[in-house]
Amino acid sequence: MTHVKRLGAALQGAGTVFLLLALVFALILAINPGFFAAPSLMAFLKQAAPLVILAAGQYFVIVSGNFDLSVGALVGAQVVIAARLIDGEESRTVPVMLVMLAFGIGVGLINGLITTVLKVQSFITTLGMLLVLYGAIRLWTGGAPTGALSDAFRTPGRLGIQTPLFQIPWALLIMIGVGAGAIALMRTRFGRILMASGDNELAANRSGARVDTVRTAAFVLSGVSATIAGILIGGFAGVSAQVGEGLEFTVITAVVLGGVALGGGRGTALAAMAGALAIEALFTLFNQMALPATLRPAVQGVIIIAAVAYAARRRIRPALQSTATPS
Amino acid sequence: MTALLNMRGIDKAFLGVPVLSAVDLTVSRGEVHALVGENGAGKSTLMKILAGVHTADAGTIELDGRAVSFTHPAAAQRAGIASVFQEFNLLPELTVAENVHLGHEPRRRGAIDRRAMHETTAAALADLGVADLSPAAKVGSLSVAHQQITEIAKALSHGADLICMDEPTAALADAEVALLYRLVQRLRERGVAVLYVSHRLREIFDLCDRITILKDGRLVESVATADITPDELVTRMVGRRIEAQFPPRAAGTEPGEVRLRIDGCGNDYVDGIDLEVRAGEIVGLAGLQGSGRTEIAEAVFGITPFTRGTVAVDGRPVRITRPRKAIAAGIALVTEDRKAQGLALRQSVKANARMVLDANARVHSRRRLARIDGILSSLDLVARGGDQEVQYLSGGNQQKVVVAKWLAAEPGVIVLDEPTRGIDVGAKHKLYAVIRSLAAEGLAVLLIASELIEVIGLADRIAVLHDGRIAGELPGGASEQEVMAYATGRRRPQSEGTQAE
Repeated sequence: MTHVKRLGAALQGAGTVFLLLALVFALILAINPGFFAAPSLMAFLKQAAPLVILAAGQYFVIVSGNFDLSVGALVGAQVVIAARLIDGEESRTVPVMLVMLAFGIGVGLINGLITTVLKVQSFITTLGMLLVLYGAIRLWTGGAPTGALSDAFRTPGRLGIQTPLFQIPWALLIMIGVGAGAIALMRTRFGRILMASGDNELAANRSGARVDTVRTAAFVLSGVSATIAGILIGGFAGVSAQVGEGLEFTVITAVVLGGVALGGGRGTALAAMAGALAIEALFTLFNQMALPATLRPAVQGVIIIAAVAYAARRRIRPALQSTATPS
Repeated sequence: MTALLNMRGIDKAFLGVPVLSAVDLTVSRGEVHALVGENGAGKSTLMKILAGVHTADAGTIELDGRAVSFTHPAAAQRAGIASVFQEFNLLPELTVAENVHLGHEPRRRGAIDRRAMHETTAAALADLGVADLSPAAKVGSLSVAHQQITEIAKALSHGADLICMDEPTAALADAEVALLYRLVQRLRERGVAVLYVSHRLREIFDLCDRITILKDGRLVESVATADITPDELVTRMVGRRIEAQFPPRAAGTEPGEVRLRIDGCGNDYVDGIDLEVRAGEIVGLAGLQGSGRTEIAEAVFGITPFTRGTVAVDGRPVRITRPRKAIAAGIALVTEDRKAQGLALRQSVKANARMVLDANARVHSRRRLARIDGILSSLDLVARGGDQEVQYLSGGNQQKVVVAKWLAAEPGVIVLDEPTRGIDVGAKHKLYAVIRSLAAEGLAVLLIASELIEVIGLADRIAVLHDGRIAGELPGGASEQEVMAYATGRRRPQSEGTQAE
């Protein structure tokens, strides 16, 4: 009995997103059995990797009780910076990547400090950062990105390890690495305090937690994840003025779809990343069904509202049940 | 004088716990009537029933001889009953005149007549004998006393016959109290009745015509102020049994070294605090609501730190400016409000129990982490395992998780602020035993409780607070009357040399 209950609870909780993922894959399989052949599956994962990595970063911020709306603009800025600074010179690849990393950390730090020290709601802080980044990049490039990426820079996003049968994309390996890192980080003292701070800031503070510090660190992690995603997206899709546009909403939708509560304190990193994978799978399904890509924003809108509504229902019901359980 | 208000046989229970049983209250026109009793005696509930905030389960209310029943605060207001709670019901961004007339603004051709509004407010304030308050002043910028006057003027503008005041002087300075006294006199002269809820005996004897005494939700008696002395009043407020519900004190153990020393400390809320807690000792902090008990706990723990004086833990002076520093110094605080400040409700029992260790590198260790399961089971925690979210636990079990999270850090000093609030009897008794055994293990325990019998029954020494100062110190097992004498300001510290009985 308890096992059945526990299974039910798991499925009702974060497990829902895995069911959804399975369902979407099943539908894709029904329409196009060839999709699960290694090459096309690898292509799918390569394409999905940046969103999954962004979801891991966004997860830290959301679970600590904030939002990061600046990641889309940051991805765009990083690609433009890379193209401009590398300007086709192979030898500049690694130094420029380090500059990008510093830039991502810096943006996260500024987001975090404005939110925690100046007590500006993160929604506003990062919305402001989004606009500042877009504007600054436009100003710097004069409207159209210039320069070019190096081949070495484009390798992680484009290529992979060749095996006799198929190619394992670097992006997939990086995604697995980032994902494992995120899951491991949530099991450390830092992760536990981040979660507690998102659940009850005051209780965390009274327990001696440095709430502002861990929340700022979450923004920094988000900035780093946007940097990695930027390297992969730049490599995969090349440079354009539109890179990263709207990505912040896609990633928040993904995290929410993973059952991570807005406002913090609930949800797992694994489920957040599964949410990202589910969204990418859904978009793939629409491709397979030959639905127009212009439908994407509308679908995303429906998903985010439905996911939050579903989570809210889930939260009401256990609360009602709890009054009946003996204590 | 005719009876303006007549409440008969009022019963009220919350979640099956009776708070008021068969309470009667009669207030005449133009009478200032005190409602007194200890914390939890039912004063506030009775007042809220009168204000329409709560509805009585049984009993009748007559106003001017007509039976009334209020289902909503607005209904009580229409009937002529106004309430001035400790939290004012004013809009800070509006002016005094706008607040006074809120909801019934004078109108001229459909538009609000600002001039009339200001003139009537000015007249009302003059009538109350208040000269230094402008109707055009923004309420948010006023002193507490002036906000209170605005609240009273608002009540009168609604045509109130009876004004209930809940601890009206709690937040006032001495000069402002004098102003309130004059105001209450004015109201009496105008035939308005005042129901005056207060802990402060002086005010009651200075201002009130009659006194109704409540104890444990029942009426003790209603007497004319002239027919009772302050000492008799205190005796009737508290006189009751100390139940044999506390574990016996360990015989013959002498307290050890001083672990917590507070020397001449103060901040905006408390002042001149000198206190020592020794290893193995339980020191109780008693006092009425607002006397500064919680403020001392929060200052010791660095939430609202002391700004004067010195604190030393185990002989070492420490400057505690944040909870983190208090924890590093070996201090733990079980906060008054466990849901707001103690627990991350959506996290598991385990996650909460290890929160202090996780948050503080200086107290974190593998050995301490490994002890947590043992601590939880020694507290008889009832849960479906360590993975259960604490929000689904009973209040008593939640409190045990809070205690466990602090014990995990192996503190030298533990401050418990209302540790048994809102928990069941079984958990209470368990916590009593735990508190005793913590002291026996050599911790210094500072215990705050509204329930006097808890402090009396558990503490080895009792420091009684009044108005943010320690009014007196008593040995454990002192009578409730002795504690209340200090707590109500009836008895002063010997050093000030007033009226020792």
